[in-house]
Amino acid sequence: MKTIITIICYFLFLTASISQERYLTKSGTINFYSKSQIEDITADNNQVLSIVDATSGKMAISILIKSFMFKKALMQEHFNENYLESDRFPKATFQGNILNFDTLKDTAIKLKVKGVLTIHDISKEKTIEANFTRTKEAILVEGNFMVILEEFNVEIPAVVAKNIAKQIKVTFNFNHTPYKK
Amino acid sequence: MKKVLLVFFLLGINTHVFSQDLLDILDSETAVNDKEIIVTSTFKGTRIINGHSVENRKAKELEFIISHRFGRVNLGFDELFGLDQSNIRFAFEYGLSDDLTAGIGRSSFEKTYDSFLKYSLLKQKRGENSFPFAVSLFGSVAVKTIKDYEPADKRSFAESLFYVGQVLIARKVSESFSFQFTPTYVHRNTVKIDADPHDIFALGFGSRVKVSKRVSLNGEYYYAFDESTSINARNSLAFGVDIESGGHVFQIILSNAITMIEKSFITETTGNFFGGDIHLGFNISRTF
Repeated sequence: MKTIITIICYFLFLTASISQERYLTKSGTINFYSKSQIEDITADNNQVLSIVDATSGKMAISILIKSFMFKKALMQEHFNENYLESDRFPKATFQGNILNFDTLKDTAIKLKVKGVLTIHDISKEKTIEANFTRTKEAILVEGNFMVILEEFNVEIPAVVAKNIAKQIKVTFNFNHTPYKK
Repeated sequence: MKKVLLVFFLLGINTHVFSQDLLDILDSETAVNDKEIIVTSTFKGTRIINGHSVENRKAKELEFIISHRFGRVNLGFDELFGLDQSNIRFAFEYGLSDDLTAGIGRSSFEKTYDSFLKYSLLKQKRGENSFPFAVSLFGSVAVKTIKDYEPADKRSFAESLFYVGQVLIARKVSESFSFQFTPTYVHRNTVKIDADPHDIFALGFGSRVKVSKRVSLNGEYYYAFDESTSINARNSLAFGVDIESGGHVFQIILSNAITMIEKSFITETTGNFFGGDIHLGFNISRTF
């Protein structure tokens, strides 16, 4: 009998601790910006999923490639068809550890997140600096970093080489709220 | 002893639960959106070769298309293998919405003006609410303005009209292979001789095979159930290569038809492809 009670208590404690410790957003935003001699290309994704585990200081982000919205529909089609090949590789992900996460209190601070960024089925180690703000009800993470297209096997044909930057600026903003299962 | 084991067992679960991949949690949260995935880019262009594909221009996009068909390659060196002759068509096509495209064009062959509307009725879908085909409806009116009549026997405007209706049914089978069936109805207000039918039914077959991200090979065949006896009409057969670069799609074509609009190439083709009556051609499109 004792054992059963122990188990039940244990699971209650376990679920309680999980629901307190994780923060999630389903409407994170990611924008990318390519600046070149000929044109500037930009696209927004407002349906990015991101989760922060406040106990372990781990973080994960999942981005649906098809949810990037461009001004020109044809650009969006080419982005999906020719560059990111979203039918074959529908998602880009990031998974990593927030370094010195325990120093995060209620003031905004810069923290480094070290992890693996996967785009176009290619995974690269990456350390990204971001602004973290923690309140009672939320963890806000925002910042930007550069992605080198070549590293992720995204080919730019010679004809449009001048239209697309080799490095793309990625800006992100995630407002995580407590996640209850 | 049992309790010690239990503690270890629970510790095992504990670490397992905590190390549960955060990405898996995100996956379980996205699952809701995967119910209905619309299949896109069944074909690269709005044409398979001569005939329309299920693809539409997106809303507010304007496409300018220049198409050429040279003469028959078997005309020999004197005609530079057909390059001395040509039929050219200019066209503007505009996306009124994501599902409705309107277009106007003018072919030098018989000085023909044409206009069309194409509506995307059903989309191919994957996921829970899947649907196997994409279906578009196509309608066009063409008017022949060449003065190929005796001055006394002037053709009226109404007598110069042609109508075409098509149901485009396509499926993207895999990343690299798509096909389309195209039941077609053509009505001609005027025919050359009484024995020629005013109404012609035809069935089109088209497909594309993608050989790389930006290059595809296309084939197209229209079988006509009724034929004009006055011109000994043949079914139209065409092969093409699509090359895409940025805002352009470039198509190189071999076809036994010199014309590029439905009312003509489906019902008025006279060339024998395998006898060498092949027209070299190209389509260039630029989207604004």
